[in-house]
Amino acid sequence: MAATDFHALANPLRFQRFATIATPWLVLAGLGFLAVGLFIGLFVAPPDYLQGEVVRILYIHVPSAWFALGGYLGMALSALAARVWRHPLADLSVRAIAPVGALFAFLCLVTGSIWGRPTWGTWWVWDGRLTSMLVLFLLYLGVIALIHLHEDKAKGLKMAGYLAIVGTINLPIIKFSVEWWNTLHQPASIRISGSSIHPEMLTPLLLSAMGFLLLFAGIVLIRMRALIAEQRLEARALRRAARAG
Amino acid sequence: MSLLRRLVGRDLSAMAASPGEWLMPLAFFLLVAMLLPFAIGPEPRLLARLAPGILWVGALLASLMPVSTLFARDSADGTLDQLLVRGVAAETLALARMLALWLGFGAPLLLAAPLAALLLGMESDVLLRLLPGLAAGALGLSALAVVAASVTLGARGGGGLVALLTIPLAIPLLLFGSRPMEAGALGLAIAAALVLAAIAPFAAGAALRASRS
Repeated sequence: MAATDFHALANPLRFQRFATIATPWLVLAGLGFLAVGLFIGLFVAPPDYLQGEVVRILYIHVPSAWFALGGYLGMALSALAARVWRHPLADLSVRAIAPVGALFAFLCLVTGSIWGRPTWGTWWVWDGRLTSMLVLFLLYLGVIALIHLHEDKAKGLKMAGYLAIVGTINLPIIKFSVEWWNTLHQPASIRISGSSIHPEMLTPLLLSAMGFLLLFAGIVLIRMRALIAEQRLEARALRRAARAG
Repeated sequence: MSLLRRLVGRDLSAMAASPGEWLMPLAFFLLVAMLLPFAIGPEPRLLARLAPGILWVGALLASLMPVSTLFARDSADGTLDQLLVRGVAAETLALARMLALWLGFGAPLLLAAPLAALLLGMESDVLLRLLPGLAAGALGLSALAVVAASVTLGARGGGGLVALLTIPLAIPLLLFGSRPMEAGALGLAIAAALVLAAIAPFAAGAALRASRS
């Protein structure tokens, strides 16, 4: 995969052709991996010796956390590419990724909360990791809101891109600060059965994570195709209006 | 350097000309400090314990107030365009605005903080350790205000959105700043503020340029 291959995809038409073929494969493979991963995770893998059956929510919770974070990074890199190389599709991918990443962050928060109820005895604790995921969710919401705040869509995307870049630089600081604050006030929070995960639990986790990753990519491609179609519709409406006038 | 000084001076004299701009956040800050005792009760020890946090939350919320006017006036009357056409870098404009806001918002804030501390019965040694963090924090909050103002420039509405854009990024400042008695917190608050102040002129400058297209 040379860099030139990706540049070829910068052409919206060629990208459309690639995306039309790739989308169903990504979505189907994603669902497949997810189904196998969740099946093993829910029925085959052993329950945790400390937490029991409830630990199985980890196979959804952990991948959604990974890709909520990874999605933000991808969004910021797209924004950077859009500014540096004036890449015609990079701006669109910021808009395509943002709601999907926000959804993953939300999923992580909800599953974390459900996990917390039996293990910590409460729906919400100001645990360092949960809190930084909440902040990440808010960062996503800010980007999404900013995209739609500007009447000029292209401008809204640019502005949201700058915000995403500033957010990415701050993300490690936020994570560090929240962990500093938490460890100071609350001794060691519960960890997943010690420091390392048993292979019997790691396999379904990785399968499920693969499923999440492929689904993430598939959904982002679907959204990008829809956004390109929307742009074309608008351009056509403008041309028609120009001819009519 | 003299250009930067002139720009900061211009922004400061504009603030001085309309006192509402710096008095309103200040009044807001003091109102927060005054309201909290009504909400949580007058118990002195509890108030003194909560005081640093209350002061910081007040400062953070007050810093959102000037955002809507930071660049809007210069943009509306064409000054922003004129300066950019004359070849002044957008980054310089953003830096000047940030420094002017730090002086125009942060300095009154530091003067009002002892009054708020008095209302809440904060110990003087806590206050003395809180103030440097608040001074640095005001720089970080000004940086965030400049970023929020530039990315929302020319957008419809956006008052409530500014809070959503700013608050998640301000969390490290709040965390480190409001713990004056804990070791290392002050240094970390200053570091977090400096990082924000270092990024803000570039992000805001780029957004200012984008807002003209």
